[in-house]
Amino acid sequence: MPEILDQARTQVLGDGVGLDEAGVLAVLNLPDEHLPAALQLAHDVRMRWCGPEVEVEGIVSLKTGGCPEDCHFCSQSGLFTSPVRSVWLDIPSLVEAAKQTAKTGATEFCIVAAVRGPDDRLMKQMREGVAAIRAEVDIQVAASLGMLSQEQVDDLVDMGVHRYNHNLETCRSYFPNVVTTHSWEERWETLRMVRDSGMEVCCGGILGLGETVEQRAEFAAQLAELNPHEVPLNFLNPRPGTPLGDRPVVEGKDALRAIAAFRLAMPRTILRYAGGREITLGDLGTRDGLLGGINAVIVGNYLTTLGRPATADLDLLDELKMPVKALSATL
Amino acid sequence: MTAMTTTELWCDRCGEPVTDGAAHPGCSSARQLEPPRYCHRCRRRMKVQVLPVGWSAVCVEHGEIRG
Repeated sequence: MPEILDQARTQVLGDGVGLDEAGVLAVLNLPDEHLPAALQLAHDVRMRWCGPEVEVEGIVSLKTGGCPEDCHFCSQSGLFTSPVRSVWLDIPSLVEAAKQTAKTGATEFCIVAAVRGPDDRLMKQMREGVAAIRAEVDIQVAASLGMLSQEQVDDLVDMGVHRYNHNLETCRSYFPNVVTTHSWEERWETLRMVRDSGMEVCCGGILGLGETVEQRAEFAAQLAELNPHEVPLNFLNPRPGTPLGDRPVVEGKDALRAIAAFRLAMPRTILRYAGGREITLGDLGTRDGLLGGINAVIVGNYLTTLGRPATADLDLLDELKMPVKALSATL
Repeated sequence: MTAMTTTELWCDRCGEPVTDGAAHPGCSSARQLEPPRYCHRCRRRMKVQVLPVGWSAVCVEHGEIRG
């Protein structure tokens, strides 16, 4: 057994204290033959500190495309030659999407907008949309609207948004290679305000942006310092027309190593499968990740791409005897 | 999901011509996990809304398709 896994067994599984950056790097550098042991340990950590339940979430794009920012992975930037056009979702369709999501057993419904930060029009649409959902659908509402002012944070709390997603996307040292129109620190400031407001913080990122393994470890350590309630883990799905459109997808084993390492860095967080898992891991890898530290999934489609049918994930959870977290358990 | 057929003029993923009615193999594969982006009849970029279950794509000239 590699020394780092022995250390993690005592420190993370036994005491609930996550690995530091050096420890995460050691896990990320484990040879293939030790990957099953790392995944098993990460699974044991998840079961001990989070339990067997899996949190299921659906997401929807309220405002698609036309974003003024230049996040190099994103097909919704208006600065690239991506084929994605700007479009707004109306309130009845938003409510219907929430209903469809709730039918899967999901307890979370995240409303996302491709913006630098919300303007008055978007905040008005949010206020009306969240109120309509809360009146008609039994589901928790989360939001992801970019960078916020303190007033907007307060408004979202007032609307009843219980969790806010704002991904740091990658580590601080690599961020300027991925985004130039705003800074990592600006994102951190929004996260600080969200945390102080009492909303749950959802913050993760994307692996495979060109970062080194060391930078992947740096990212895990920075997320652990933030200590978010939830970490969505995406794998780059290279989008046509974006600056990262020709990058290779993350190797399946590297993705699994990262899942185990991020779990060992953050034993108590909700670690969610997000975009890109279909092309990075396929069906078999999806199962391996759920048995290697993942305890939440986005079901159904993503914002501009399609996911596995929700039934495929729910059937897999049933087969793995992992109960879907009930809404009553989240309130 | 709407599949490409041999009568199409343009690839609904990349917007390039569909030669001899044969779909682009890479685009066909990618479309398993993507909605269409271009109208296969006129090559216009469509307004596409992806939903948790399904999607809709609207061409200003040829109307809406859903998948």
